[in-house]
Amino acid sequence: MIDGILLGLQTAFSIKSLLMVIGGCLIGTFIGMLPGLGPMSIIAIMIPVAISMGEPSAALILLAGVYYGAIFGGSTSSILLNAPGVAGTVASSFDGYPMARQGKAGKALTVAAIASFCGGTIGAILLMVFAPALSSVALLFHSAEYFALMVVGLSAIAAFAGSGQVVKALLMTVLGLILATVGEGALFNMPRFTMGMMDLQSGFGFITLAMALFALPEALFLVLKPRTHEDQAAGEINNLRISRSEAWAIAPVITRQSIQGFFIGVLPGAGATIASFLGYAVERNIAKKEEQDQFGHGSVKGLAAPETANNAACTGSFVPLLTLGIPGSGTTAILLGALIALNVSPGPRLMIDEPQIFWSVIISMYIGNLVLLILNLPLIPYIAKVLMVPRNYLIPFILFFTMMGAYIGQNNSTELLMLVGFGIFATALKFANYPLAPLLIGFILGGLLEDNFSRSMQLYDGIGFIWQRPMTLALLVVAVILVVLPSFRARLARKKASSVEQ
Amino acid sequence: MALDRWIALIILGICLVYGYTAWFTMDDSLAPFMRRNPIWPSTFPKLLSIIGVVASFVIVLGFEKSQGHNPEIDYRRLGDYKVGQVVLLLALMVGYALGLRPLGFIIATTGFLIIGSVILGERKWQLLVPVSLVATLIVWYLVQEVLGIFLSPWPRLKGG
Repeated sequence: MIDGILLGLQTAFSIKSLLMVIGGCLIGTFIGMLPGLGPMSIIAIMIPVAISMGEPSAALILLAGVYYGAIFGGSTSSILLNAPGVAGTVASSFDGYPMARQGKAGKALTVAAIASFCGGTIGAILLMVFAPALSSVALLFHSAEYFALMVVGLSAIAAFAGSGQVVKALLMTVLGLILATVGEGALFNMPRFTMGMMDLQSGFGFITLAMALFALPEALFLVLKPRTHEDQAAGEINNLRISRSEAWAIAPVITRQSIQGFFIGVLPGAGATIASFLGYAVERNIAKKEEQDQFGHGSVKGLAAPETANNAACTGSFVPLLTLGIPGSGTTAILLGALIALNVSPGPRLMIDEPQIFWSVIISMYIGNLVLLILNLPLIPYIAKVLMVPRNYLIPFILFFTMMGAYIGQNNSTELLMLVGFGIFATALKFANYPLAPLLIGFILGGLLEDNFSRSMQLYDGIGFIWQRPMTLALLVVAVILVVLPSFRARLARKKASSVEQ
Repeated sequence: MALDRWIALIILGICLVYGYTAWFTMDDSLAPFMRRNPIWPSTFPKLLSIIGVVASFVIVLGFEKSQGHNPEIDYRRLGDYKVGQVVLLLALMVGYALGLRPLGFIIATTGFLIIGSVILGERKWQLLVPVSLVATLIVWYLVQEVLGIFLSPWPRLKGG
C-alpha cells in the first residue's frame, strides 16, 4: 500500500496533474455556479477534453477536480441565490440562503468551504482504508458474482429512488440496458437492433446520451421557467471570516457527518442527496433546544451538516467505482464511461494493474479539496460575477457546448440529431418525474453486465451458475428483495392507514 | 391518464418491438455452430424485454402510487411556460446539426449563438454579434489547436 501511495504522490504532484486539479476545480466552480447546471452536465461537457488528453490518470484527475469544483460551485449558488444546481445541495440552501439574506454571505461560503474540505478530506482517508480492503475481497469474485453484484447495484439504485419511484427507476434502468445492447457487441460480432443504420453500428455514444439526459433537459427547463425573482444575489460577499466559537460549534458536526456521509455514499444509488438530507435531519434532532430553533433561519450547524455529508458521500461513491467497477451514482457512471473510453477497466484489478491511476486519484482528492479551500474561496467574490451573465447569452452557450461535446466525441452530425431526439425524450421523462440517472447507469453498465452474464453462462453451460454458486444466488435474492420490499412496505402502510380510517 | 403512464405506455411499445425482435427474428441469421452455444446474442435482450414489459405494465396499470409530474414544472400548465422558445431552440439545434458540415464551423456556430439569443429576446446587436463571433473563434481555436480535433472552419465550396 505504501508503494502505491508513493506512486500516487509522484503522479499527483507532477506539474501536469497539479495544473489539472487546479484547472478542473476552477472550471467546475465556475460552471457549477450557473443555476441549472449540475456536476453531471459539467463532467459530461468536459469528457471530450479529458479523453482527448489520452492519459487516464491525468484525465481522471481533471474530471475529479471538475466534480469537486462543481459541487462547491453548486453550494455557492444555493447559498447566494437559493437556486441549487443539484439535488445534493438543496439542503445547503435551508440555512445557507437565510445566512446570506442576513448579510452573512461571506461567512456562509466559508463555512461551506470548510465543511466541504473536511468532509472531502476525511472521506478520502476512509476511502484509502476501505477501498484496498474491499478490492482484495472483490478479487475473489468470478464473473457470476460480478453479474450478481451489478444486478444488486442496479436494483439498489431503483430501491433508493424514493417512494413511488421504485418501478419507474427500474424501468429506466432496463431502458438503459436495452439501449446498451444496440450495436455490435464484443462477444458476438454481429450487429444487433441497428435497424440497418450504419451510424448505430457502434452503438449509441455515451457522451451523447449523458448530454441528452442531463445537460439538455436542464437547459430547456431554464428556458421554460426563468428564475426571475431570484436572479439577484442575496447580498455583497464580504468578510469571509468565521469566529472561534462558530468553529468549535461546527467541529463535532463535521466529524460526525463526514463518517455518516461517507458510508451513505458507498451504497449504490443513495449518494449525496440522501446523505445531505439525512445529515441535516440528524444534526437538527441531536442539537440542543435553542440551537434547534435556529435551524432553517441561518444556523451555522445547519449549513455545515449537509455540506460535509454531501462531500463525504461524493468521496464515498468512488469506493464501488474504483474497487468493483460499479458506479453508484450518475456522476460516477459518467466517470466510468470516461475510463472505459480511455481503455481502463475499473474494478479490483485496477489497484494491481494500474496503481498509479488508483492512488493518484485518491491523492488528487486531497489536493482538490485544498485547492477549493485556499484558491477558490478567496476568488469566490470574483467567480460569482458569472451569475451576472444574462440568460439570453448563457442558454445558447450551454446548448452549444452540449452539442460540441457530442460532436467532438464522434465527429458525426447524426450524433447531434440523436442528441436532440434523446434530449426531447429525456425532457418528457423529466416532466413525468422519471429519474434519469438510472437510465445512464444502466446504459454504461449494460455492456459489462452482459459480458459477465455471458461468460458465466458459457462456463456453466447454461443458467446453472445461479444455484451452483451460493454467493451469486444470495446476491440475486438480495437484489429481488431490494426491489420488492419498498412497494410491499408501501402497500402495508396504505392498508394500515385505511384500517385506521375505518 | 397522467403523463407518466403515457410514457410507460410508449416504453411498453418499445419493449414489445424489442422483445419481438429478440424472441422471433434475431436468431434466424445465427450460424448453426453458434446455436450450440449456451448463450446467444438474443439471450440477454430476451431477459430485458420481459423485465421491461412487466415494469411498464406496473406503471401503466397504476399499481405504484406516485406523483405523476415534476414538482419543479407542472406539464399540465405548460401554457404558462415559454414553450415556443424551447421549440424554436430545438429547431435551431436541428438546423445546426444539418448545417454544420455544409456551412463550416464558424458561420454555423456564430449563426447559432446569434439566433439563439434572438429567440430568447436579445436585441442588442452591437453586443450580440461581436460576443458570438469572438466566442466562436475562441472555441474553434481551442478545439482545433489545443485538442487537435479537426473542425472545418469555412463552407465547403466543392464536394469532398
